[in-house]
Amino acid sequence: MLKYIARRLLMMIPVMLGVIIIVFTLLYITPGDPVDSLLGDDATPEMAAELREELGLNGGYFERLGRYVTGLLHGDLGIDYATKEPVMDRILQTFPNSLKLAGCSVILALVLGLTLGIISAVKQYSAFDNVAMALAMVGNAMPNFWQGLLLMMLFALHWKLLPASGIGGWEYMILPSITIGTSSAAAIARMTRSSMLEVIRQDYITTAESKGQTEFKIIVFHALKNALIPVITTVGIQFGNLLGGAVLTESIFAIPGVGKMMVDAIKARNYPTVQGGVLMVALTFSLVNLAVDILYAFVDPRIRSQYK
Amino acid sequence: MSEKSKLLEIRDLTVHYVTVDGTVHAVEDLSLELEEGKTLGLVGETGAGKTTTVKAVMQILPDPPAKIIQGEISFMGEDLLKKSKKAMRKIRGKQISMIFQDPMTSLNPVMTVGDQIMEVIRLHDKKLSRKDAWIKACEMLELVGIKSDRATDYPHQFSGGMKQRVIIAMALACNPKLLIADEPTTALDVTIQAQVLELMRKLKAQYQTSMIMITHDLGIVAEICDYVAVMYAGEIVEYGNKEQLFHRPSHPYTKGLFACIPNLMEEEMKLVPIEGLTPDPAKLPQGCRFHPRCPYASEHCQQKRPKTIETEPGHFVKCLLIEGREKE
Amino acid sequence: MQKEMILEQEEIIVKKRSQVKEVWRRFRRNRQAMVGMVMLLILIFAAIFAGVIAPYDPLQQDIINRLQPPSAAHIFGTDELGRDIFSRILYGSRISLTVGLIAVSISSVVGCALGAIAGYYGGVLDNVIMRCADVLMAIPSILLNISIVAALGTGLQNVMIAIGISSVPAYCRIMRASLLSLKDQEFVDASRAAGASDPYIIIHHILPNSLAPLIVQATLKIGGAILSCASMSFIGLGIVPPTPEWGAMLSTGRDFLRDAPHLTAFPGIAIMFAVFAMNLMGDGLRDALDPKLKN
Repeated sequence: MLKYIARRLLMMIPVMLGVIIIVFTLLYITPGDPVDSLLGDDATPEMAAELREELGLNGGYFERLGRYVTGLLHGDLGIDYATKEPVMDRILQTFPNSLKLAGCSVILALVLGLTLGIISAVKQYSAFDNVAMALAMVGNAMPNFWQGLLLMMLFALHWKLLPASGIGGWEYMILPSITIGTSSAAAIARMTRSSMLEVIRQDYITTAESKGQTEFKIIVFHALKNALIPVITTVGIQFGNLLGGAVLTESIFAIPGVGKMMVDAIKARNYPTVQGGVLMVALTFSLVNLAVDILYAFVDPRIRSQYK
Repeated sequence: MSEKSKLLEIRDLTVHYVTVDGTVHAVEDLSLELEEGKTLGLVGETGAGKTTTVKAVMQILPDPPAKIIQGEISFMGEDLLKKSKKAMRKIRGKQISMIFQDPMTSLNPVMTVGDQIMEVIRLHDKKLSRKDAWIKACEMLELVGIKSDRATDYPHQFSGGMKQRVIIAMALACNPKLLIADEPTTALDVTIQAQVLELMRKLKAQYQTSMIMITHDLGIVAEICDYVAVMYAGEIVEYGNKEQLFHRPSHPYTKGLFACIPNLMEEEMKLVPIEGLTPDPAKLPQGCRFHPRCPYASEHCQQKRPKTIETEPGHFVKCLLIEGREKE
Repeated sequence: MQKEMILEQEEIIVKKRSQVKEVWRRFRRNRQAMVGMVMLLILIFAAIFAGVIAPYDPLQQDIINRLQPPSAAHIFGTDELGRDIFSRILYGSRISLTVGLIAVSISSVVGCALGAIAGYYGGVLDNVIMRCADVLMAIPSILLNISIVAALGTGLQNVMIAIGISSVPAYCRIMRASLLSLKDQEFVDASRAAGASDPYIIIHHILPNSLAPLIVQATLKIGGAILSCASMSFIGLGIVPPTPEWGAMLSTGRDFLRDAPHLTAFPGIAIMFAVFAMNLMGDGLRDALDPKLKN
């Protein structure tokens, strides 16, 4: 198992390198010189050259890419154009907020999605099932940012129950988490339902029944663990959506996280920050996917024995 | 047959599957009985309602679509159909247990086999500690010829025959009065079949369990059954002890089944296919259900439903030809 | 001999036709799928006839009547510049459908081609293509979209390219997987033995057999593309004002959330309507094309 994890971690290195190259290249070919926009019209060529040197913008494509990768190995992600702080520091400031938001959303999506999915499967074709699945369809189709605005309009502006934006206590996390978590909850609910329906028909469920086990325990101990296997895949995929959703939602609710930082940075042509942010998100996403694969092995002994 | 020794008695059991596409008459007016310590073979083609009958006894029919329309299933003098869900759970696994057809899919893939055996033990003996239950589970494994250190293994690490042994261990763990085996060897290799069957026979004797054995294989019937019931399209068409059935088959369907069997000792005694197909249980023929395939059918058979009659003590047949002969 | 061949071909055509008929029959029996189709038809109708149905010019400003709530004159009200929201939404459907269709066309064509090459030839080529796909998949699509648009600049064309590129890996994987399972089958060997070229085999034998998952994926992705486009425009990195794009309309409506909620409500409903239609269609097609997959 450890060997497998080590191998997977090693395999992440070329992928991350690829991410760096893609994002670096995209931002390299982006039109407009950040130095010009930073200095304004009345700058002398000497000042421009000096700033270019300071920001690491001198040299050709490969020189700069090489410099970036070497810097990265020392934990240096370049310097933020606007604040002149190291990008690493900015990420370290913003990342915890994003992580907190993503964590809340995942928990919400899991709790809501699993509960709805399981009940819908057990009570197939009941009123509950129909309503839950209709809601899941709507949740799937609803644009994140629109939902965020609606929630803000109702709960913050209209009823004044929750804070509209910013960060602070846990109450600040409620609306953004719902905003991000809903569509994932919908996807998880749909997957859980169909997976549970599949499992409930299996022979080993009849076996458990013939042992005299209660219906509740059959669902919890026999069906759920088997049904979770495909659901875990969905959760892994959804985590990427959650991270993406955070970009928009952080902007709407003014949460100083990596997503908002990146959106602001793109608008200000503050490329090292964008690059650092994308890298950080990609790294998190890859680690989560690794964790999902390990979780697989944890739930399914058949996969576990493959890794040995 | 004294009243006392009857373990299971089914009277006029009728089970329908109610679906949007129509009602399927899976089991119709079925009556059966089984004495303590004996083995009953339930024989018939696929779709004849054998599995439905035993699942009705266990009360693990999927509802919906299955509905028990009428009947009485008396087990140790009590009607199982009148029991509450909770009371029925206490009987399942403890008094009556079941071995399923396909060992590949009958074990939960994400639980160790030891845990799965332990589950049934702890369900029916709440006082037993976890540790003692585990020891008991390991003993059961040894009993079916599997080393107890494999109790922590998962089903996918076992072969088909081994899995079926695990299921047998699970079924016998609580020392049940009645063991139902639904084609327990069909999914296994021929060589393994004999081993598993031998094991079942040995354990049945050791545990003094009564058994209902569903099978296609007349060899198995000849080998381990005391009584045989032949099912066709949801009905028992003939019932009697092994001798009566093998030597004096009366129903044309049974005769067809046994047609090519020279004697009881012969190997390879499979059911012989009879011309025609099992009727669609959603569109059963009028009159005797077997008449479209029966070589002796008369016009009479197309209209009248036959009654069950006793041709000799303990030998029951459901056929108009025999009914007519008796009357004369 | 010749005649037999023709007969055989006719037989195949008849078989194909009855297959399509069978799928259509299953699709028609699925209530949800039919609802989705009707919704999509409404959308297509709106897009085609926007010029006829729309009561106003979507770009015409009328400052005096700005931020009007829904009324008889403006059934969805007016926006911050007095433009008729209903007309803007009608025209917006053109943009959304265009983006959805073209972005998905880009990604399915490029993705299928790459996936086919990777699966058919294997080896180094396969490795290179699939590792590139891994890299693209490691970046959440909205971030990749934003980065691409940042590099290429905003605007309809670049948004479509960005969304197209970011979903290439998904098609690549589907195509590769079905190629791997199909390429060793006997009918492919037979065709090869008969002297068929590789592209011929891929197009005539393998593509038709892997069409079902591709169609389902494409339908669902159209909804996803519409959503992505709206998201990007919402943060100002997609289609920019004054073009009547739903996400961009929502974005400007944000500033008037308290006093004129209809500015955000209607574009939001429009986006949801479109995505919902595509999802229903996609689910329905999946059930109709492969009944085994149902539940």
